Amino acid sequence: MSHIEPTPAAAGQDGNLLTVTGLSKAFGENVVLKSIDLSIRPGQVTALIGPSGSGKTTVLRCLNGLETPDGGIVSVAGGPTVDFGGKVRAKDLSDLRDQSAMVFQHYNLFPHMTVLENVIEGPIQVKKMRRADAIRDAESLLARVGLADKKDQYPFELSGGQQQRVGIVRALALKPALLLFDEPTSALDPELVGEVLGVIKELADEQWTMMIVTHELAFAREVADEVVFMDGGVVVECGHPDTVLRNPRQERTQRFVQRLLHPF
Amino acid sequence: MRLSRNRLASGAARVYVSIIRGTPLLVQLFVIFYGLPSIGLVIDPWPSAIIAFSLNVAGYAAEIIRAAILSVPKGQWEAGHTIGMSRTRTLRRIILPQAARVSVPPLSNTFISLVKDTSLASLILVTEMFRQAQEIAAFSQQFMMLYLEAALVYWVFCFVLSSGQSYLEKRLDRYVAH
Ligand SMILES: Nc1ncnc2c1ncn2[C@@H]1O[C@H](COP(=O)(O)OP(=O)(O)OP(=O)(O)O)[C@@H](O)[C@H]1O
Ligand SMILES: [Mg+2]
Repeated sequence: MSHIEPTPAAAGQDGNLLTVTGLSKAFGENVVLKSIDLSIRPGQVTALIGPSGSGKTTVLRCLNGLETPDGGIVSVAGGPTVDFGGKVRAKDLSDLRDQSAMVFQHYNLFPHMTVLENVIEGPIQVKKMRRADAIRDAESLLARVGLADKKDQYPFELSGGQQQRVGIVRALALKPALLLFDEPTSALDPELVGEVLGVIKELADEQWTMMIVTHELAFAREVADEVVFMDGGVVVECGHPDTVLRNPRQERTQRFVQRLLHPF
Repeated sequence: MRLSRNRLASGAARVYVSIIRGTPLLVQLFVIFYGLPSIGLVIDPWPSAIIAFSLNVAGYAAEIIRAAILSVPKGQWEAGHTIGMSRTRTLRRIILPQAARVSVPPLSNTFISLVKDTSLASLILVTEMFRQAQEIAAFSQQFMMLYLEAALVYWVFCFVLSSGQSYLEKRLDRYVAH
């Protein structure tokens, strides 16, 4: 079985792959992010947790350029440093976008393309890879997640868990420095959650750098190197999973974790 | 154009589509052939008919394609973005192929209507098929026969078009669950 490796991620002088300072974002009157600070080292897995509406998705979307922040500095080692407080050049924005790839809650596969076509689309169209090389890479990635025999099927023929694994492979095929997951398992039937989390865990073991929004606290504890708890557009607490999830310092974190562990 | 971020372009497109869809084709035909000469623009019957039909179909088709593009979920644009595509490339590679599927039936209907509406051109003296049938009928007094024959020819044209439509629909439907 072949092996996919993350692009050897450059670490900045501070040892971080990604540094976010003072990230802010409002939708009209609604201030969704109020000065978020985050950093992530190469190979680190960060779990982003927090109540609904706390701004977790918006953080990921800002990093991937799906939203434009109102302020703050996002810096990727070996990539651009973008200051959203000033005038932002389109080139920096697209460079920043290319550092990461998003895995969506609802997969968002291209329904008119086969599994293989979904995966090679980015490498061929954007990275200008030779078709034969793109196919070879895609096939080995698909084999890695147990979908070698599905490559010529269309997304509608797959289960949710299989579709999400294709979504992950589509992101991996671009060899981004940073993988972003927005609740990758929350649209899945419970019995399909494991196969997707299993793939993400393997990626963690292979030193991919990942930021994962999740409500699966057990998974976060096992896989994440750091847990960030957000509420109301601020980072309330962050640190080692055992601390944040077991002995949180902040009362808001305690209440949130308790609610997830004991829903009723 | 109505999807354009340029206010002027999208406004102009909206007015155009609204006029084309809000007025009868016959009136559009008459404005071009009988109306324009009064402002000094004389166009022969054939070009008049071609201009009127083109403008008309363009208006309807534009609206159909716009609606089809808007029917593709926003997540598809975002997926294109996240794999590094520009908006134009996403439109071409991801959005339009999906929009094509939903726009084939209404576009086919528009073209079928067009075939039938060509008979209206007889009213501005274009000797198209229906007018020829009228002239021969008047000459030979065989009204029923000739009009039925004309009907048959329209029907054959439309039949060919709708067969084409079914074929296209089947091809484009291969990636959706039934
Ligand atoms: N495109 C948008 N336009 C307007 N408001 C938005 C938009 N996207 C998000 N919001 C608002 O921003 C706030 C934070 O949303 P966000 O999706 O980031 O939260 P979340 O932490 O991911 O929540 P959830 O757990 O429900 O996914 C919410 O109040 C939401 O209504
Ligand atoms: Mg969310």
